[in-house]
Amino acid sequence: MVEFLSFRDGEAAQEPAVTVESFTGQSNATAVRIEPGEDARELLPHLDRLSLVEVNFPAYGDGRGYSAARILRESGFQGELRAVGDVLVDQINAMRRCGFDSFHPNKALDDAAVERALNRYADVYQKAIDGRQPVWAKRHPEKIDG
Amino acid sequence: MYRYDSYDQSIVDARVEEFRDQVQRRLTGALTEDQFKPLRLMNGLYLQLHAYMLRVAIPYGTLSGKQMRKLGEIAAKYDKGYGHFTTRQNLQYNWIKLADAPDILAELATVEMHAIQTSGNCIRNISSDQYAGVSADEVADPRPWAELLRQWSSFHPEFTYLPRKFKIAVIASDDDRAAMRLHDIGLKLVSKDGVIGAEVYAGGGMGRTPMVAPLIRDFVAEEEIVSYLEACLRVYNRYGRRDNKYKARIKILVHEIGVEEYKRQVEEEFAHMRELGLNPPTEELDRIRAFFANPAYETGLSEDVDRTDPAFALWVDRQVTAHKAPGYAIVNISLKPLTGIPGDASAEQIELVASLAEQYSLDELRVTHAQNLVLPHVRKADLYAIWQKLEEAGLAEANLDLITDIIACPGLDYCALANARSIPLAQKIAQRFADAERQAELGELKLKISGCINACGHHHAGHIGILGVDRKGVENFQLLLGGSGAQDASLGQITGPGFSEDGVVDAIEKVTDIYLAERTDGERFLDTYRRIGMKPFKEAIYG
Amino acid sequence: MKILTGNDLVSGDVIWWAGDGWSRQVGDSADVGDHGDDLARTEEAALRVVGAYVIDATLTDDGIRPAHIKDRIRALGPTVRPDLNLKPNDADAGNWVI
Repeated sequence: MVEFLSFRDGEAAQEPAVTVESFTGQSNATAVRIEPGEDARELLPHLDRLSLVEVNFPAYGDGRGYSAARILRESGFQGELRAVGDVLVDQINAMRRCGFDSFHPNKALDDAAVERALNRYADVYQKAIDGRQPVWAKRHPEKIDG
Repeated sequence: MYRYDSYDQSIVDARVEEFRDQVQRRLTGALTEDQFKPLRLMNGLYLQLHAYMLRVAIPYGTLSGKQMRKLGEIAAKYDKGYGHFTTRQNLQYNWIKLADAPDILAELATVEMHAIQTSGNCIRNISSDQYAGVSADEVADPRPWAELLRQWSSFHPEFTYLPRKFKIAVIASDDDRAAMRLHDIGLKLVSKDGVIGAEVYAGGGMGRTPMVAPLIRDFVAEEEIVSYLEACLRVYNRYGRRDNKYKARIKILVHEIGVEEYKRQVEEEFAHMRELGLNPPTEELDRIRAFFANPAYETGLSEDVDRTDPAFALWVDRQVTAHKAPGYAIVNISLKPLTGIPGDASAEQIELVASLAEQYSLDELRVTHAQNLVLPHVRKADLYAIWQKLEEAGLAEANLDLITDIIACPGLDYCALANARSIPLAQKIAQRFADAERQAELGELKLKISGCINACGHHHAGHIGILGVDRKGVENFQLLLGGSGAQDASLGQITGPGFSEDGVVDAIEKVTDIYLAERTDGERFLDTYRRIGMKPFKEAIYG
Repeated sequence: MKILTGNDLVSGDVIWWAGDGWSRQVGDSADVGDHGDDLARTEEAALRVVGAYVIDATLTDDGIRPAHIKDRIRALGPTVRPDLNLKPNDADAGNWVI
């Protein structure tokens, strides 16, 4: 079983994450935690000093964190993006696609199940954050830059 | 028709294996029911009153003969020999064993079918016009767009845990045969300066707070439709209500913040997202479009139909619709026999229709949101042979759009959410109005029954609608008048206090009597209602 | 009386707690008194039932009758398919649910 999962090179960020409110009100924190109702775009002016953003999933069915993650990545956030809370193995793949690169679930995950979940789909239909080529790009390689 | 390439097939095959793994984990106890429920729902597997129910996606309602045959085989092999066509052009099996579900999906995958996202708080099967590609009045075939969106929405990483389910319809005619404006998002293809794009409507829906979707953009070009819809969905995913499941559909968000504010937010997000390279190249839509090119219609065909058999002539007049190609016709097959169950078809009937599609309809058929079937490319010369075979199979009812062509949800006979039974009521109404001349006299009259407020039977959109409710443990039925799911979309109004099952049948008879007495030349029931209003009907009912 | 019902995890069949196991027949139901919720938890954990819940029922001359129409339809089967319900030879079986 695995309690913490990281897809980043090097050490995971260790500093405690503060709330969005206290983060935007002070200047020295480098880790922040976003709750479902909070606007990830409030963090955009501060991305270069952030090493870790935790996105909390109090309940697996609340999908706002997927949008938060993508928004941060679309705006160039390079730091660690960690999904925490009610994170289940069947969601890891979609979370990876939205830009999460570490996971700290409430309940430890089965390593083999994580492995299967991440390698299940050889192809994807959408362009997302993970750099995978969608099938439409594979179908028309001459149209895709680079 | 669209055919999978190796990418499509590999994704669907992977889904079968993923679900097999999930079912295995459930059966061994590694997943609790709470954890398993959203996973099974996202694959169309419900736990209903009597058993598990599996909803199979029929993308934009189009099927080949081979696919239809497979649906019949599954009904015979894994279910109790029948299936139920739904108001979203899908098919449901009522008696599925959990342990069989992965094998069923594997069988579906062999004919390029699946149950992906036929339930759950995600983007559901994309629906469309059952006459797409064959009606003369469309600006383009909407199905290539629907297929593009099927692919885009399948396993969308950001939009799989939305506040609530999300339904999209695509049409391309002024006649709306898909209840487009009663969808979370409706697209209507239009031509602007010779370029095809989409009008976008958002925030429609039925359920407990029915709304007709307002227009939010008058043109989105095909090369930007994906990024535009990503923007619509992202605003909804972030700001749709999650505190109350009854207020979680996009219609409530659009209503609460106002259509102008929703538009503003979508435009702002769209300005951002259109720069991210999310849109497939136009070559991709061209690639899909090639699958929907006109089939090789024969030329020089006769337009004549031998009408000497009066029963056949009656059926032709009611069930056959004009096709865009000379010598061809569109055949509507009624799944509303007067004593039957709306939308149900036996394994044998499914097999017969599959064969008819192969033999007479260029291997293609359609499912309609009114729970009927369509053979879209029939030579007029073959109509009589088709009718004879339908007649033998109990599928030759001539009641398209008449009062006995009733939309009915499964209701309390099958559905765990229902409050009242829809099907027995539909049968009583059909029997009361069984007389063919009487039905014809009443003309177009869309009667729609839902067994609960979730409105799967589209009761808000019925010229006459019926809503089943639970009154202290007893089934009770409210009557609505004046709804429409067509291009003149409107929401029905409740007449007043509800009725017993027999009482509501009597009330409908009084309502139709008022119509017959009050109508002027050429007026449909709906037109008369709109002209004279609720009052005369109410007086007749409650007197 | 209080009785416990749910669906068989594997087949989905409607089942009723009969005191020492599960039955397909509502008539076999045992009165679970105040123990229904505990039983439901235990039996769900043991993977023998899914969606278990306690309902009110009465003992009549016809046998055990669930208090709510929804559970009577569950007990019988769809009223519009007499051939598929639990009393296929009784033409009036559907009236029992009303």
